Amino acid sequence: MGITFIDFPWAIALILLPLTGGLSCFLWPSVSKILGLVTVIGVMLSATGLGWLVIDKGVYHYLVGGWGAPLGIELYVDGLSLLMLMVTALVALGVSIYSIHYFELSYQRRFWPLWLFLLTALNALFLSADIFNLYVTLELMGLAAVALATLTGSHDAFTAAMRYLLATLLGSLAFLFGVVLLYHSFGSLDIAVLSERFESNITAWAAFGLISAGLVLKTALFPMHFWLPPAHANAPAPVSAVLSALVVKASFYILLRLWLEIFSQLDTDVDILFGFLGSIAIIWGSLQALRQTRIKLLVAYSTVAQVGYLFLAFPLAEKVGVTAWSAAVYLILSHALAKSAMFLAAGNLLRFGGHDRIADLDRVAQRLPITVAAFALAGVSIMGLPPSGGFISKWLLLQSALVQSQWGLVGVMLIGGVLAAAYIFKVLGRAFTQAPLPHEPGVVPATMEWAALLLAGGAILLGFFASEILAIIEIGSPFGAGEVKL
Amino acid sequence: MNWNAWIPLLVVASSLLPGLIIFRLPEERVRTRITLNLIGAFLKLVLVGWMLWGVYQGQHFETRLALLPDLDLVLRAGPLSLIFVSLSTVLWLVTTVYAIGYLENSPHRSRFFGFFSLCVTATVGIALSGNLITFLIFYELLTLSTYPLIVHRGTEEARRAGQTYLAYTIFGGALLLLATVWLYTLTGSLEFTPRGFIHGLGEEHRTALIIIFALFITGFGVKAALVPLHGWLPQAMIAPAPVSALLHAVAVVKAGAFGIIRVVYDVFGIESAAELGVMSPLAWLAAVTIIYGSLRALFQNDLKRRLAFSTISQVSYITLGVAIAGPIATIGGVVHLVHQGIMKITLFFCAGNLAETLGIHKISEMNGVGHRMPWTMAAFTVGALGMIGVPPIAGFVSKWYLGLGALEVGEGWVMFVLAGSSLLNAAYFLPILHRIWFRKQTAAWPHEHNFGNKETAWALLLPPVVTALMALAAGLVASAPFSPLEWAQLIAQREFYQP
Repeated sequence: MGITFIDFPWAIALILLPLTGGLSCFLWPSVSKILGLVTVIGVMLSATGLGWLVIDKGVYHYLVGGWGAPLGIELYVDGLSLLMLMVTALVALGVSIYSIHYFELSYQRRFWPLWLFLLTALNALFLSADIFNLYVTLELMGLAAVALATLTGSHDAFTAAMRYLLATLLGSLAFLFGVVLLYHSFGSLDIAVLSERFESNITAWAAFGLISAGLVLKTALFPMHFWLPPAHANAPAPVSAVLSALVVKASFYILLRLWLEIFSQLDTDVDILFGFLGSIAIIWGSLQALRQTRIKLLVAYSTVAQVGYLFLAFPLAEKVGVTAWSAAVYLILSHALAKSAMFLAAGNLLRFGGHDRIADLDRVAQRLPITVAAFALAGVSIMGLPPSGGFISKWLLLQSALVQSQWGLVGVMLIGGVLAAAYIFKVLGRAFTQAPLPHEPGVVPATMEWAALLLAGGAILLGFFASEILAIIEIGSPFGAGEVKL
Repeated sequence: MNWNAWIPLLVVASSLLPGLIIFRLPEERVRTRITLNLIGAFLKLVLVGWMLWGVYQGQHFETRLALLPDLDLVLRAGPLSLIFVSLSTVLWLVTTVYAIGYLENSPHRSRFFGFFSLCVTATVGIALSGNLITFLIFYELLTLSTYPLIVHRGTEEARRAGQTYLAYTIFGGALLLLATVWLYTLTGSLEFTPRGFIHGLGEEHRTALIIIFALFITGFGVKAALVPLHGWLPQAMIAPAPVSALLHAVAVVKAGAFGIIRVVYDVFGIESAAELGVMSPLAWLAAVTIIYGSLRALFQNDLKRRLAFSTISQVSYITLGVAIAGPIATIGGVVHLVHQGIMKITLFFCAGNLAETLGIHKISEMNGVGHRMPWTMAAFTVGALGMIGVPPIAGFVSKWYLGLGALEVGEGWVMFVLAGSSLLNAAYFLPILHRIWFRKQTAAWPHEHNFGNKETAWALLLPPVVTALMALAAGLVASAPFSPLEWAQLIAQREFYQP
């Protein structure tokens, strides 16, 4: 039985399942909840199947319709993409369970098709092996994300989504120009082929600039983060969770891939610039988070800060590539789980109190213990305290910085951690106290509480399986051959 | 199958699992909660007893789980671990009984006992840690699990105390993380080794090592309440009495002191540390803290605050013993880890009893209370006299060894610190004893509860009496087998004399 099972094209299923699921939800909105949930469980199983396959047999290629590059569409899965797909499936499961009771009926029919569409785009993005497909999936993802962000229909949400739309379109446009330039000068779209043919010339530099700028804008690196906080804070809770946990990471994933495979051949100091902007993002984002009076905005600014950590890996990777990149990937995974948990928990607090003002939280630690536990556990990972995935990535980042005596970055990371603790405990401290004006609490269904806790628990568990996960990252050695041991 | 490889993990799990279950228990399931707590506490006691016996006979207990590619999560039972783990286990049992009595009918008990168990889990993990990263993990877990206990009452004042506590400890934790990773990039190892693992590093790393040592001491100094990092401790008194008792005697403060012991003995090693010239600043820091804490204690009218400043002073005896860096002083410092714990927990239990039974919080309200609550106050007297260093109570043994140890290595000034501190201890404890026993009751008790013809509830009375007896026993039969003193001698022997 093993052969048929393992040969099943799980990668194709990861794209087709959510696509058909989304279409079905659109056609039969009355059963969209069930269809959506079944689809997401299917995606989870497919990701597991694919994981089994890749861990067992190594890097996975799939030529759609039997046509390889340069004509056909090729799917490619190594350790890095596998982990992205798995964390996507896990977050999708948590968010979908949460959404069953979150949306009213009229919103359900709009939410599910868009959400499954977004999931299709994410999965396809992580499976793509050529830059044109990356562009298409990136664009689809952006449009679906903007549409989801408008779902509440409030004035604030529309304004924020408009800004978000402009940013994401501008980002994709720049990316597309870069893709065109690369194709024009090197005659291929396939990443592997490009990586062989690439050489430093003026078009290459222009392509590099456009692609980096576009992706940095979409990843919301300081100072291009302006669109993120309002968009993430005004979206419905499950949408905020997906935007912060996955959508922002997808554009970073592309940047990482192209940087490693293609642009590393350019001799630039952009990595230092990235490190510098990342440092400012950490400090600025954390300070802004600390200033907020509303939970969702606080959590959104925390994402700005956490994105900054991802960019610290660029300057650090020059000497200790594998450690620094592994740290970044570990942060992507743990932040995806922690931040989605945090947004879902914030959604629960909002529904419970009818507001998300931090100062007016009313004894929620007693009355919504599961939600507060989810927020706290996710917070542990965001602060980088043990035991959690956030701690592992912080440890690895600190290690790579210290080994090169990068004292500035060391300082930024430590200050960032302390500031993160300050803004997270700003919320948690109020969870125990009584509000000046007590109010009638709303009802929070148990599934919504447990979905948040499930994801937060995942972020904590990541702290216990570092050896295994770091081994998976190395499948297909996406970060190049080994480095000198520390 | 080798059972010894799992026992340290089981010791940690024996409070973790009950804690996790208790979180989900409905508030009214009192009986189930008490049963779970007691099963966990007794199981831990049995397991620790087994390890004590095993280590005495030369067996090894070590759990090793992969954490990062080159780093393991290590739990190991050595002599130093065992002295701290035994203290935590015994006092956890006693405090659990006390907390059950103290919190009867108060709200949110499931949450309280859940975090209480987590707190003990973290402490036991700290005690058993076999390398620095494991230590760090449990140390931060301790920070996180004590926070909800400090803000437990949910008042604005409690929230503030919690924020202060975090501001100090998160800052300390960040420095520890930096020191640990830095050391790791230099040595490639974090394994606790008798007499340290930094010998191999050349002269060019001298400055880095001195900074790392300073970072460690500052990081641990926050929890050990070394002056000027002690500010959180008096504020944290807002927590319920069982929490204060455990925090001061075992968990937080001792975790810091234990960290200092580990860093000096098993990371740097006394010889290397002395060579770096970092030991005398540490000794001075401890001496200043001892005197400062005692001076501040003199002027407190709130009983718990006076005890808090007394803790600041007393815990630094441990640091002082370590920093003097002689075998006999080491015995004094390590044994004080246990002795201070037993005596201080007694005093806090008694303070809790006064508050819970008669509503007394201030020292000025304590006139004649010895006649109303003779047993509690007898226990209090034993604790207070022990703190002063009156023989034959445990505190005397510690001070004796500290003094001898200082003279042995020619650090005569320490005698003045010890004498001065003892005088100050007497100055802030004897007036209380005088009020209790020799003055007449002047006013009605502020808020009296009726416990029939007993002085207070059994669950409140028994724990301080038991710990007071322990403090007496630790002093009277100090050289009996398995006494704290004997273990401390074993540890000093390993650190100084064995090849």
